Amino acid sequence: MSAETTGTPVEPGGPGPRALARRRRRASAARFWKEYRRHRAGVFGLAALVLFVLVALTAPLTVGSDVDSVTDAPGQPLESPSGRFPLGTDQFGRNLLGLLVWGSRVSLLVGLLAAALSVLIGALIGITAGHFRGWYATVMMRITDWFLVMPTLVLAIVLATVLSRSLGTVVLAIGVTTWPTTARLVRAQTLAVESRPYIERAKALGGGHWHIMSRHVLPNVMPLVLAQTTLIISSAILAEATLAFLGLGDPTVVSWGGLLQDAREAGSVSSGDWWYLVPPGIGIAVVALAFTLCGRAVEAVLNPRLGVSR
Amino acid sequence: MTGTTPTPPPGTPPRATPDASPGTPLDGTPDAPPGGMPGPGPGLPPGAGRGPSSAAESPLLSVEGLHVAFPGRRGGADARAVDGVDLDIRRGEIVALVGESGCGKTTLARSLLGLVRPVRGRVTFDGAPLAHSARALKAYRRRAQLVLQDPSGSLNPRHTVYDIVAEGLRIHGRPGDERTAVAEALSRAGLRPPERFFLRYPHELSGGQRQRVVIAGALVLRPELLVADEPVASLDASVRGEILALLLRLRTELGLAALVVTHDLGLAWNIADRVAVMYLGRIVETGAVEQVLTAPRHPYTRALLSVLPEAPGDPVVLTGEPPDPSNIPTGCRFHARCQVLADGTAERAGVADACRSREPAVLHGGGESQVACHWALAAPREVSPAGPAPR
Amino acid sequence: MSLLEVRDLTVTYPGGAAAVRGVGLTVEAGEKLGLAGESGCGKSTLALALLRLLPAGARVGGEILLDGEDVLTMKWGRVRAVRWAGASIVFQGAMHSLNAVHRVGDQIAEPILLHRGATPADARRRAGELLEQVGLPAARARAYPHELSGGQRQRVMIAMALACEPRLVVADEPTTALDVMIQAQILRLIENLVGEQDVGLMMISHDLAVLADTCDRLAVMYAGRVVEEGPAREVYDDARHPYGRALSGAFPRIGDPGSRFAPRGLPGDPPDPAAVPSGCAFHPRCPVALDVCATEDQVLRDAGPRRRAACVHVGTDATGTPDGNGSGGTASARDDGVRSRTP
Repeated sequence: MSAETTGTPVEPGGPGPRALARRRRRASAARFWKEYRRHRAGVFGLAALVLFVLVALTAPLTVGSDVDSVTDAPGQPLESPSGRFPLGTDQFGRNLLGLLVWGSRVSLLVGLLAAALSVLIGALIGITAGHFRGWYATVMMRITDWFLVMPTLVLAIVLATVLSRSLGTVVLAIGVTTWPTTARLVRAQTLAVESRPYIERAKALGGGHWHIMSRHVLPNVMPLVLAQTTLIISSAILAEATLAFLGLGDPTVVSWGGLLQDAREAGSVSSGDWWYLVPPGIGIAVVALAFTLCGRAVEAVLNPRLGVSR
Repeated sequence: MTGTTPTPPPGTPPRATPDASPGTPLDGTPDAPPGGMPGPGPGLPPGAGRGPSSAAESPLLSVEGLHVAFPGRRGGADARAVDGVDLDIRRGEIVALVGESGCGKTTLARSLLGLVRPVRGRVTFDGAPLAHSARALKAYRRRAQLVLQDPSGSLNPRHTVYDIVAEGLRIHGRPGDERTAVAEALSRAGLRPPERFFLRYPHELSGGQRQRVVIAGALVLRPELLVADEPVASLDASVRGEILALLLRLRTELGLAALVVTHDLGLAWNIADRVAVMYLGRIVETGAVEQVLTAPRHPYTRALLSVLPEAPGDPVVLTGEPPDPSNIPTGCRFHARCQVLADGTAERAGVADACRSREPAVLHGGGESQVACHWALAAPREVSPAGPAPR
Repeated sequence: MSLLEVRDLTVTYPGGAAAVRGVGLTVEAGEKLGLAGESGCGKSTLALALLRLLPAGARVGGEILLDGEDVLTMKWGRVRAVRWAGASIVFQGAMHSLNAVHRVGDQIAEPILLHRGATPADARRRAGELLEQVGLPAARARAYPHELSGGQRQRVMIAMALACEPRLVVADEPTTALDVMIQAQILRLIENLVGEQDVGLMMISHDLAVLADTCDRLAVMYAGRVVEEGPAREVYDDARHPYGRALSGAFPRIGDPGSRFAPRGLPGDPPDPAAVPSGCAFHPRCPVALDVCATEDQVLRDAGPRRRAACVHVGTDATGTPDGNGSGGTASARDDGVRSRTP
């Protein structure tokens, strides 16, 4: 536009388009929340999550980091629940309630990181495979299929065994084994979006691959990715518990899966020390369920009619 | 206009339509009122920035021997969607490309914008052949724009009107004030005051407004050519006229050339200077709208006109479906459905054998009236132009 | 007694959208009524209401008398019987109205089996006959919808509608999305079938030109009301309501120098059924609106022999319908049939 015609009348005092756009975005977030609130299960899930996250975040204040110390355990081994130890003690006499709270930190952290990694890989491969047709898509989808038919757990076990034992390994093992479903979903959605006329319009305007993928495909795939993330978090938490239960987690940190494995090693299954087994199990189940509920609710709000739900 | 724009729309001022409709002079005249509001002054004639040039005679866009084919399904023969087309579009000219669905008109339009790669033939824009490298295409797509049929589909539901219109500017990194440019394009497309529309989402607009946004998004780059694929087919009848009037006005004000792809002959009558009738991948009749639509020569054009509700005489309803582009008949491609051949008129004119065996020559792209039909060429003007062969 | 008589029909959707706001129509046996209007004018809602196909929650008022029997109050069992044998609908978009996983012959035979109690063999034979009646070889009964072209699918839809020999056929945009040539084929088919079997036809379309060519009478709807009604040609050539004029002007006559480089339309957009303008719903777009139009609702009034229009300029003493819009050269009100009989 020429210099002469700059200085267009923005209504004096009126906010610029950016500011207005931000306001719009806030309004659409409010609308999203209003819709979300109508899904009761989703609200419950969200409440449970908020609770767990608060507990996990405040754990250093409430239980302290020395809760997993074996050497100065406060109680006797395998005490049943009492006023002092509401959930009893483990085989070393540690406070199980404290361990449970502390363990939630690792479980949530690993779940979130692994899900983020998984969704990142999945979205990247899904969008590119949907956008670039031809041999690239073929190769990528064959790789995806290969990962998809691979038993996830076995692959994760192999990875966790081969690599050094640490939280990073667990995250990696879960991340690289759970992405194929996301990739498939995102690719399908990308193909659907790519067939819309606005993609053709963007091409005719001169938009390149990057422009189309980032400006058009990604925003339309985002709701799906978001819903998928919450769903994957719950399976990542389960996977982390499984790996820890199988003794493949990081032995130096306490996690819910690790607690279960300790319980099994201590023979609590046969000796009836239920307090050792049940709480971490319930923790895993409730968090996984909470994420699933949230994911379903998000999906229901965002997905049914793509684009209308602004 | 910025100094960075290499070519302000030059060329012949389009046909002098008296309608000096109030609009914003997009050419950035210094006295243009800010904000793209309708100015009192008449718009500069397009091309005023450049002296008369000899290029005025050469077409803006020229297509020669264009062939586009798609691979056949399950190993079948290739579908020859566009099968040898010559077509010129001059500056400031509106050409209507008319045909039934599946005749290849949309494919032709898309190949003009480089969205489909032709098998053979070439597209020349402003004297330079269209290359299919990414860089060349991007530069080309600043000067030629596409308007699609379905305005709801061609707008990303997650973008605001502002973002949609500004998209072209952002892709091409045009300098200058984005907001001004967007406001100007919107008001030029008839959305006034533009600020009111900036932050709307497509689903908050009516169909006509959406199509105006699409047109604004195309205008913002100041193209020289607009390719519109059924621009009003999905709009309500009362809104349709307004959008067509907008296209006419843009031609008057900006010297914009346009190729309008349509199945609606009435639309061609409404806005086009020239019409090209396409059948099964080839143009079978072309010429000035008045000529072709009031005195059609090709039996196919006649049939198309005869089935219109308003048409005088008996309608010639062609039987069967449009044939398959992967299996184009030998000889004249229309002969299997041709009513002139079927009722023996062609036999009497002594061209029936030619119809079945010899392919009519490809019509060239210029403006003169031409027809690709053995019978029409053999028996020029001996039948009454109004109707088909009498029954 | 008319075959179909609609009296003061109103339909309001749960969101508050008044899709149909008091429509009265009649269709005689053997008559072809065209119902024209743009998207959102309520014409499709009206079609659905005729057979009680509206979604649950829509409030329906008025009367729909099919052979004297009110569809709106009859029992569901009776409605189901009426849906095929009394009146049937040909929907727009034939691809979506056919079930993709069943052969078309079976889909045509289904209502015959259900409503006629025919044996499967009889039903199949009848389906074959029907297909031939609509110009398809009976062997196509074994085809799946995706194997047929758009025009062929529309023929199948018509065959389905005729399966139980209904007395009234409602065709909702039967030719939209079809090419002109196929459209001409389908329109001829419908015309012939109606002519042969003496059924009533209500054809709904946005294309006034097609309706004027096919139908005997024409009703133009705007914002849930019939605003103009009369013999098809007269309404098309010389509409009394400014909307009718604008609509018919929107279809250019090829060869008419007046429409060359002069596409006609109306400024503004069709109204939102949830927020119909006050007074005459057309007044915001009306080129000849008076002050009263904004406040006073306009009802249908006589506008000549067998003609009615809902405009303040019709039927008053000031017969000189202002022709100020310049869009309808044929628009000036003829004095002949206009009686100043304001209801």
